[in-house]
Amino acid sequence: MGELVQLTSFGLTEGEVLGALGRVKVRDVDYADLYFESCVSESVSMEESLVKRATKSVSQGVGVRATAGEKTGFAYSDELTKKDLELAADTARYIANSPRGAEQVPAPVRRRPTRDLYPIERVQAEVATADRVSLLNAIDAEARRYDPRIKNVMASFNTEYKVVIVATSDGTLIGDVQPLSRLQVTCIAEENGQRQAGSFGGGGRVGFQFYHEDDRYLRFAREAAREAILNLSAVDAPAGVMPVVLGGGWPGILLHEAIGHGLEADFNRKKTSAFSNLLGKRVASDVCTIVDDGTLPGRRGSLNMDDEGTPTGRTTLIENGILCGYITDKLNARLMGIPLTGNGRRESYKSVVLPRMTNTFMLAGTSDPEEIIRSVDRGLYAVTFGGGQVDITNGKFVFSASEAYLIEGGKVTRPVKGATLIGSGPEILTKVSMVGHDLKLDEGIGTCGKDGQSVPVGVGLPTIRIDEITVGGTQQ
Amino acid sequence: MSQQIQQRDGYSQLASDLLAKAKRGGATEADIIIADGETFSVQVRLGAVDRLTKAREKHLGLRVFVGKRSASTSTSDFSADSLDRLVTETCTLAKAVVEDQVSGLPAADQMAREQPDVDLYDSTKLNTEQQIELAKRVEAAAMSMDERVTNSEGGDFDSSSGRVVLGNSHGFLGEYQSSSFSMSVSPIATDPETGAMQRDAWYDVQRKFAKLATPESVGLEAARRTVRKLGAKKVATQRLPVIFDSETAGSLMGNLCSAVSGYSLYKGASFLAGQLDKSLAPEYVTVYDDGRVVGGLGSRPFDGEGLPTRKTTVVERGVLKSYLLDTYSGRKLGMASTGNASRSVGENPSVGPTNFYLAPGTKTVQDIIKTVKQGLYVTDLIGFGINMVTGDYSRGAAGFWIERGELAYPVEEITIAGNLKEMFAGIEMIGNDLVFRGRIASPTVKIAEMMVAGN
Repeated sequence: MGELVQLTSFGLTEGEVLGALGRVKVRDVDYADLYFESCVSESVSMEESLVKRATKSVSQGVGVRATAGEKTGFAYSDELTKKDLELAADTARYIANSPRGAEQVPAPVRRRPTRDLYPIERVQAEVATADRVSLLNAIDAEARRYDPRIKNVMASFNTEYKVVIVATSDGTLIGDVQPLSRLQVTCIAEENGQRQAGSFGGGGRVGFQFYHEDDRYLRFAREAAREAILNLSAVDAPAGVMPVVLGGGWPGILLHEAIGHGLEADFNRKKTSAFSNLLGKRVASDVCTIVDDGTLPGRRGSLNMDDEGTPTGRTTLIENGILCGYITDKLNARLMGIPLTGNGRRESYKSVVLPRMTNTFMLAGTSDPEEIIRSVDRGLYAVTFGGGQVDITNGKFVFSASEAYLIEGGKVTRPVKGATLIGSGPEILTKVSMVGHDLKLDEGIGTCGKDGQSVPVGVGLPTIRIDEITVGGTQQ
Repeated sequence: MSQQIQQRDGYSQLASDLLAKAKRGGATEADIIIADGETFSVQVRLGAVDRLTKAREKHLGLRVFVGKRSASTSTSDFSADSLDRLVTETCTLAKAVVEDQVSGLPAADQMAREQPDVDLYDSTKLNTEQQIELAKRVEAAAMSMDERVTNSEGGDFDSSSGRVVLGNSHGFLGEYQSSSFSMSVSPIATDPETGAMQRDAWYDVQRKFAKLATPESVGLEAARRTVRKLGAKKVATQRLPVIFDSETAGSLMGNLCSAVSGYSLYKGASFLAGQLDKSLAPEYVTVYDDGRVVGGLGSRPFDGEGLPTRKTTVVERGVLKSYLLDTYSGRKLGMASTGNASRSVGENPSVGPTNFYLAPGTKTVQDIIKTVKQGLYVTDLIGFGINMVTGDYSRGAAGFWIERGELAYPVEEITIAGNLKEMFAGIEMIGNDLVFRGRIASPTVKIAEMMVAGN
């Protein structure tokens, strides 16, 4: 069971919070909420074999929101006095047509999330700086030991400890404690005056011991070093349309960009998404089933509840190729008359809630991954990606490989330099002809940006074959 | 909560109090930044208010040095207890990291002595209704231009103002106020035959409200940019001359700016490491970073460490003449700071541009397009396919096919690829259309040849 977070930790009483909620929930307001957040972020980083940077940041505040029809009024404050709450409430309700006639808000039912997907004690979250320092030092040594051509190692360890309470006009008062951490390693390799970089990282809503399990932190160091060394011998990537095999795990960013954003309810309510009129239609081949699941223990994209206090869930977006659902927050679920999926998320108290992904992945298929590679005569095998981006409206998306190989005659041959892949969201998954049985979730590094807000997300993918996609290399 | 210290006029006092406390806590040097401000934002969609946001915020960042060790912290809680705790924690944190020989504040005699007024603040106060009206007008203008504009992601109006106070243990204390007004709209056009949709956007941003473009001109430009994308198609994979419009050329200047950042350079993570005084581009290419442009979006009287800002020639007649440096990255490279310390509260200083731009040429955009027999005019770039260590470049693009010197039809779902070093060396022409809509700007740029991947 999740920890019962107390309003007193924000220096407020239930009466004061209820008072502010009543003030914002005037007659024409459909829904209002107050989101209290306190967040402590810490970071230590290393370069040139020296752990020389340490930072710590503390923020707290409240976001007050009112929705009326399609309208949202929003105010936030980093002061938490009764007066500041009232001021924010007055601003938020401005959007309602009748600013008078405060409504009786039902006395909130104090709840705690029914799940505890990240049971980390505060004491565990507060790791001594000295322990973080020795972790980074060991990473430096491991990466340099991997290959003498590794000339610089940059690593950082970031943690965040967030306490939130949501008070809603539909009668809920619920809190959650949301830890998050990430370890990131970048290596620079140099040979004959040529330089290359390799990166690896991971994390989640996990405690410090996670990084020590099976010496995970050392594996991150070796993986970053391996990618940098590998890229020293990479040849220019090919250009043009060809079959591409995506490896498992992080290449699932394809799903996030190609279809995930297009299935967020707000774009579909506004009919600005390339997927707007495709519910019930085929948007993928029948070997593709894709879900968004915020309930996986310890995952970076997981949450006990979303930022409106709704329990997260598992939503099937595409089932055997047919588009069957959108991901929603309260505003869009209400306006569209579709189920609430627990995907209302915000970066912080300073931002409004939007429908956002949690962990998005394709379910395992039946093909043997090796057979998938053997099926390609000439193409690309991409196993690691940097970032991606999508234009929701025309559906065009890109994502950029950072570790990829040529497939020649059914065999993985030479490594190629990074290249961007570009395709069209509603079409690309119809070209997936084989899905491996090797579903893998990513290591926990994803951050998704939308409307200027960043939230942690996860992705996952089995090995898949895409029959054709445009590869943006330099060699014809 | 204990006593709140939130009087604006008290910030200088607060800064010196905390610096004194840090010294008592064992700090040998320290600096502090305090920022506060107000923001207002309204989004209108299809003529009705969609979202209205209003807030006041404040933030304080402290950096201490204990000998050659350092740490940074920040908080939005200005209560006396919280700030006392912050000082103690920062000193403790600094003692936990290792010594870094080049760490420390800039030398005392380098600090900015004058703080020129670079005209960053406009006291114009707009009420809520006026701002809603401006957002409505910009969207209405976009929606009315062409019947193929069928939908909208909204028209926005934003305003903000704030002040920054920076002080350090050398006795430096600086302060400035700034403001910003911006307007944007993102219309959606539908192809009447295929039903396919396209979206684009246009915007303006200024420090002075009076300088802001009219909502009508911004809306019309947004609609024009959107409608012209209808019917876009892929082109065949081939090598082609590529013209970057001023927006996308600005992103190339952004790439250059990252590559000349002192931090990338001393880490060996930039393709321009070791290239100082070497030829980067043809002799008609000159790039400046100017922190003193009056009213400039990237201007400021002093940088994030309190050093005077200035105009730096980054590329002079094709030759790479200067990196962008703060004190730390400068010391790592054995060079003096260029006054480019950028400081977001709660972070260590890093290097950032002030007003970074490619000096304009004399050709009009039409003149440049006329020189291309077959090629690509790029108006949109998406994705992150740039390797700053090698300069390898591969991004998603959209724009127009050029046939015999004229824009023939819109193009999408293609990539353009090359290497930034070769791309800068391959700059053939520079337009006369330099306009600042951000801290980094460029006129139109023609590059001799890139790989275009499509069908």
